[in-house]
Amino acid sequence: MNVMQPIDRIRGGVHEKEKHESGHKHVSGTAEYIDDIPEPAGTLHAYLGLSARAHAEILSIDFAEVTASAGVVGILTADDIPGENDISPAHKHDDPVFATGKVEFHGQPIFAVIATSRDAARRAAAKAKIDYRDLPHVTDVKEAAAANYPLVIDPLKLERGDIDAGFAKAKNVVQGEMRIGGQDHFYLEGHISFAIPGEDDEVTVYASTQHPSETQHMVAQVLGVPSNAVTVNVRRMGGGFGGKETQANLFAAVAAMAARKYRRAVKIRPDRDDDMTATGKRHDFHVDYKIGFDDEGRIEAVDAVFAARCGFSADLSGPVTDRALFHADNCYFYPNVRLRSRPMKTNTVSNTAFRGFGGPQGMVGGERMIEDIAYTLGKDPLEIRKLNFYGGDGRNLTPYHQTVEDNIIGRIIEELEVSADYAARREAVITFNRENHVIKRGIALTPVKFGISFTKTEYNQAGALVHVYTDGSIHLNHGGTEMGQGLYTKVAQVVADEFQVDLDRVKVTATSTGKVPNTSATAASSGSDLNGMAAANAAQQIKARLISFAAERYGVSEADVAFEPNMVRIGSERVSFPEFIKTAYTARVQLSAAGFYKTPKIHWNRSEGRGRPFYYYAYGASCSEVSIDTLTGEYQVDRTDIIHDVGKSLNPALDLGQVEGAFVQGMGWLTTEELWWDAKGRLRTHAPSTYKIPLASDRPRVFNVRLAEWSVNREETIRRSKAVGEPPFMLGISVLEAISMAAASVAGYRIPPRIDAPATPERVLMAIERLRGNAATETTR
Amino acid sequence: MATEIRNTIRFLLNDRLVELADVSPVQTLLDFLRIDRNLRGTKEGCAEGDCGACTVLVGRLLGGRLKYESINACIRFVGSLDGCHVVTVDALAQPNGPLHPVQQAMVDTHASQCGFCTPGFVMSLYGLWMENPKPSVQEIEKALQGNLCRCTGYAAIIRAAEVISSIGEVGKDPLVVERENIATQLAALQDGRRVVIGEEAERFVLPASVDDFAAIFESNPKATIVAGSTDVGLWVTKFMRDIAPVVHISLLEDLRRISVDRDGITLGAGVSYTEAYPVIVEHFPQMRELWDRIGGRQVRNMGTVGGNIANGSPIGDTPPALIALGALVTLRKGARRRTLPLEAFFIEYGKQDREPGEFVETIRIPCLEEAVRFAVYKVTKRIDEDISAVCGAFRVTLDGRGKIADATVAFGGMAGIPKRASNVEAVLEGADWNEATIETAMAAFAEDFTPLTDWRASAEYRMLVAKNLLRRFYLETQEAGRVRLDRAVAVAVQGV
Repeated sequence: MNVMQPIDRIRGGVHEKEKHESGHKHVSGTAEYIDDIPEPAGTLHAYLGLSARAHAEILSIDFAEVTASAGVVGILTADDIPGENDISPAHKHDDPVFATGKVEFHGQPIFAVIATSRDAARRAAAKAKIDYRDLPHVTDVKEAAAANYPLVIDPLKLERGDIDAGFAKAKNVVQGEMRIGGQDHFYLEGHISFAIPGEDDEVTVYASTQHPSETQHMVAQVLGVPSNAVTVNVRRMGGGFGGKETQANLFAAVAAMAARKYRRAVKIRPDRDDDMTATGKRHDFHVDYKIGFDDEGRIEAVDAVFAARCGFSADLSGPVTDRALFHADNCYFYPNVRLRSRPMKTNTVSNTAFRGFGGPQGMVGGERMIEDIAYTLGKDPLEIRKLNFYGGDGRNLTPYHQTVEDNIIGRIIEELEVSADYAARREAVITFNRENHVIKRGIALTPVKFGISFTKTEYNQAGALVHVYTDGSIHLNHGGTEMGQGLYTKVAQVVADEFQVDLDRVKVTATSTGKVPNTSATAASSGSDLNGMAAANAAQQIKARLISFAAERYGVSEADVAFEPNMVRIGSERVSFPEFIKTAYTARVQLSAAGFYKTPKIHWNRSEGRGRPFYYYAYGASCSEVSIDTLTGEYQVDRTDIIHDVGKSLNPALDLGQVEGAFVQGMGWLTTEELWWDAKGRLRTHAPSTYKIPLASDRPRVFNVRLAEWSVNREETIRRSKAVGEPPFMLGISVLEAISMAAASVAGYRIPPRIDAPATPERVLMAIERLRGNAATETTR
Repeated sequence: MATEIRNTIRFLLNDRLVELADVSPVQTLLDFLRIDRNLRGTKEGCAEGDCGACTVLVGRLLGGRLKYESINACIRFVGSLDGCHVVTVDALAQPNGPLHPVQQAMVDTHASQCGFCTPGFVMSLYGLWMENPKPSVQEIEKALQGNLCRCTGYAAIIRAAEVISSIGEVGKDPLVVERENIATQLAALQDGRRVVIGEEAERFVLPASVDDFAAIFESNPKATIVAGSTDVGLWVTKFMRDIAPVVHISLLEDLRRISVDRDGITLGAGVSYTEAYPVIVEHFPQMRELWDRIGGRQVRNMGTVGGNIANGSPIGDTPPALIALGALVTLRKGARRRTLPLEAFFIEYGKQDREPGEFVETIRIPCLEEAVRFAVYKVTKRIDEDISAVCGAFRVTLDGRGKIADATVAFGGMAGIPKRASNVEAVLEGADWNEATIETAMAAFAEDFTPLTDWRASAEYRMLVAKNLLRRFYLETQEAGRVRLDRAVAVAVQGV
C-alpha cells in the first residue's frame, strides 16, 4: 500500500452548494430531452384525435379523409388495443386510453393517427368526421352537485372533538364559501413518449414521466403483456410539477401500441394547446366553511366541506382531496373539527397531481377562515394566526389524530417578523392607504406547515442501484426521476459522501424500470428522502463488504477501516479509493448493490380518519406586500421575504432555487393563472397566450429568500434534511392575503374581503366594488 | 417590368451558408433547425411565440448596419430569412471548449432547473448583453418578457444576467469581433432580385422592392402578406391553415423607413415595434409604457406596426392610441395610393377598408400640440406579454377657460373593432374639465360599447374599467398623487 496524506474533505459532498449536474448541458442545449433523441430510420409519429364535445354519445366516425391524408400509415382506436382500454391509476377502470361510445370531456382522446411525420399525423387527425349526440354537461363543482353528479371516489371525513358543543360555546360564528381555481402545470417540455419495439413482445419507451414504474405497468396492461416486456426510461423531464405523475401514461401507451403494431419506432408529442386540453391539472375547489371563535379570535370549532372538480374520472382525486383535508388546519389547532371532502365528477379533463397535491387548496381554505376571523374582529390576521398556532398542553393534535411533534413555526414567524420588519411596514401600509385613494397597499405574513410522506403508506419505499467499477468510478441509479429539482445531484452527493469520494467520481444514469423496479412516483416531495436513503443503503452494503474484506486481508479490526476523503484508511495506512477498489475486485468482492428504504413510523387508517400519515412536517413563512390599482384591479408584489425550513439542507443552492421557484409558482396560481371554460364546456385558456403564468417582471420587486439554517430534522431522514419540492409552493398564499388586505382597506378593514382565487385583476376590482358597496350599506345602517 | 428572379433563399446559419431551393412557404425556422438540421438545442415550448424556449438571434442588415435581435423560431418562416444570419444556442460554445460567458453566468448562479427553457433564456440574455453589457434589473426584465420559466421563479436568472460582464467581455465576443466580416458576407447575399420558391399556389415570394411587392400583390390578391409573422405564424402552427401563396415583406427596406418632420412621423408598414420605439417614445412619451408591454422582446423584434393595423384585430395594442392621435393610414394598390383616417380603416369585426390587392404602406402619426393632453392605458391579466382586456386612449384639448375644446377617446377590447367612444366624446366636448363632467361622460360609455365576456375579462369588468380609465386620465391631469402602480425595482436587500 502506498502511504498517502489525508485531505480535509471531498468536493461535492452533502450540504454543499453543488451545481445542478446538468447545468452546463442545459445552457448549451446539449441536455437531451426525449424529442432530442436521434430517431431510428423509419420512425413514425402519432397524433391524438380529441373530442370536440364536453359530453356526448359518439354516433359515428368517418376516417376516410384521415386515411387519405398525406403520410398517413394507420389509425388506432380502442378496437386496436391488444390488452385493456384502461389506464386508471386508481384501478377504477374509468380512464380509457380511447373513448368508446361516448365522450365525457372536451379534449378526450378518441383515436390516434400514425403517420410518417408529426405534421402529417397532426393535420390528418383534424380531418376525422365525428358525429355526436350531445348530452347535458357540467363543468362546475356546484353545478355538478346540483345535478346529482356522482363522486369519482369515496370521500374522506376527518373529525375530532365535538363541533356542536364547540359552536355552542363560540361567541362568534361565521359562515362563508370560497372558490379556489385550478392550475395548469405548464411544464415547458410538454408531454412526449417515444417507443421502440424490441424482440417478441418487448418494447422500450422513453417517456417524460415522473412515475416510470406505473408507466411501465400501464403500457403492459394496454398491450396485454407482462411488465417484464416493457422498459421505461427517463433521463430528465423539462418540468413535471405533478403533471407527469399519471398523465404521461396515455402518451406512452399510444406510442407503445403503435410501435408494436407497425414494428417501428413511434413518437408522440401533442401540441401545447392539445397538451393543455387533454391532460389533467390542479383541482379547482369549492369550500363551504363555518367557524366558531371567541372575541380574541381563538378558534373553537371548524366545520368545512371541500368539494373538488375532479373531472370525468378518479385518477388521483382520492388522495388529492384527502390531502386538502390534511392541510386545512395549516399550523392551527382546531379544538373541535369536522372536515369532509367531496370529490365531484364533472365533464372536464380528469384532474391530477400538482405540487402540493390538494394541500395548497386545503391550506388556502384554512387561511381564508383566519382572514374572516381577523376582519370580523378588526384585528391583524397575523395576531389571529399566532393565537391559534399548534403548541401548548392539549393543543398539538391534528384533525387526523397525528400529534405535531416537530413544531418550529413559532421561531420561523418570530424571525421573519423581525427580518421583514412586519409591524412597522404594516403601520406604514395603513398610513399609505389613508393618504392614497387610487393605489392601495396590503401586507400579509402567512405560515406553512406541510406533511411529508405519501399518504398511501405503501408508496413510501424506494430502491437504488450502485456499482463501483474497477477504476473506482461509481455508477448510481435510483427510482427517482429528474425534472429539474436537482434530485440526481442531491442523491449523487449522498453517495459521494458515503464513499467519501469527490462528486465527479459518481455518475447518475437515466432512471429505468430495468435497473430499479417497482418504484414510486417522484412526487410528494419525497424524491431525496426516499432515493437518497436507498442510495445510501446501497453504498453502505458495498462499504460493509469492503470493510470486512480489508479487515481480513490486512489483519486489522473492522473499526480500523475507514472511508476518508478520496482514500481508505486501513489501520494507520491510507490507500487511494481506486487502488483499494482494484484490490477488492481482485479479491472477488462484490462491488455492486441494490439499496432499499422504507419510511418508518407511518401508518394511516383512512376509514377511521386516524393515524400518522406523515413522518414529519416541513415549515416556512412568507411576508408579502402588494400594491393594487383600485381603478382596474391590477396589482404588483412590491416585496416578499421568506424563511423556509429544509432541515439540514443536502444542497442549499438547489433548495433555495426550489423555494424561490415554488413561491412564484404558488403566487401565479393565486393571481393571474386562470382556467376558463366556456358555455360549451371547452377550456379556453389552453396556451400561454391565454393562460398567464408569472414572468420575470411579476416576481416581487424586492425578493429576500433564505433557508432556516438552524433547522435539523428531528427524524432520521437522509442527513437530517427535509423535503423541499412542495412545501414552499404555499408561501405564495401571502400574496393573496396581502391583496385581500389592500382590497379590505376600502372598507376600513372591517369586512372580510373574500376574494376568490385566482385573484385576477377582475376579481380584485369586483371585490373592491363589492366592499365599497357593503361599506356604504353598513354606514347607512 | 423585367425583374430578375432568384429561386433559392440564402442565409447564414451559425458558421455555415445555407442555400435552399426547396422550402415550403410554411416551413418554420424551429422545425428547420430541429428536424432538417438536427440542431436540437433550440426547444419548442408553445409554438405560438409566447414562451421563448425557441429563442434564437437573427442578424440582419438595415441601412448597412448589422443588428442581432432575439426572435421566436417557432413562428418565424424560413422564407423570411433570406440574407440574414441565424445564431442558435448550439453555436455559442465550442464542443469541449469553455462555456460562453452568458452560459457560464447561468451555471454559476444556479439559473437552470429543468433546463428546457434555458437555451431560450441564454439567447435572450445574449442578445441583451451584446447591446447592453451592464443592464439594469428593469432592462433585464424587459429583455425577458418573452421568456417563460416555470421552475426558478426567475431570481437566479436575473442574478445571472447581472454577472455576465464579470465573466467575459462583450468586446471579445465572436459576433462582435466578426461583425464586419459577417456584414460583408450578408451584403454579398443581397443581389436585389425577387426571390420565388415553389410553384403556383404553393409558392412564396420575396419581392425585390416595394414597387415589386405592389405589382405582385395586385396580380395575386389572394396571397398572404407576411411581415413579422407574429400573427400569421399562428395561423400555420395552431390552425394549420393553408396560407400559400405567401409574400414576405419583412426584408423590404423601403417599407421599414421611419421619417420624422415637424408635424409628425411616418412609419413604413414594415417597421417593427423595436425599430419604432425610439422615435415613438421621443415624440409620444405617453406611449412608452404601452410600447414596452407589446408582446415580449422577441415579438417586438418581429412584429410590425403595419401588421398590427392590417390584421384588423379588435385587441391590437397600437390602434386605440393611434386613432386617438389622429393617425392616417396610406393604402396602396399597384401604383395607386389613398390615405384615410385609421379609424375609418376598421369597418367591422374581420372587415377592413382594404381592397383585394391593396396593402398598408405607411402610417402617419401627427405630432401633438403642447396644450393637448394624451394618455393610453393597457389593462391585462398579467402585466407584461399579455393581450389587452381593455385598452383605452384619450386625447383632450382644453381651451383657455378650462373647457374641453376637443376630445378623442378610442378603445380596444370593447367592440369588434378598435373604436371611438363618440357618445363619451360628445359629453366631453364643450364641457368643463371637472369631476362632474367625468361622471357624466363615464355614464355615456354604455351608449358606445357593448363589450363581450371571454377568458380575458367579463363584459361587466370591461365596461367598469373603461369608465375608470377615463377617471384615471382625469386624475392624472389633476396631479392627484399616485394613481398608477410604481413598477420600479428597488435594490434587493437579500441576506437581511
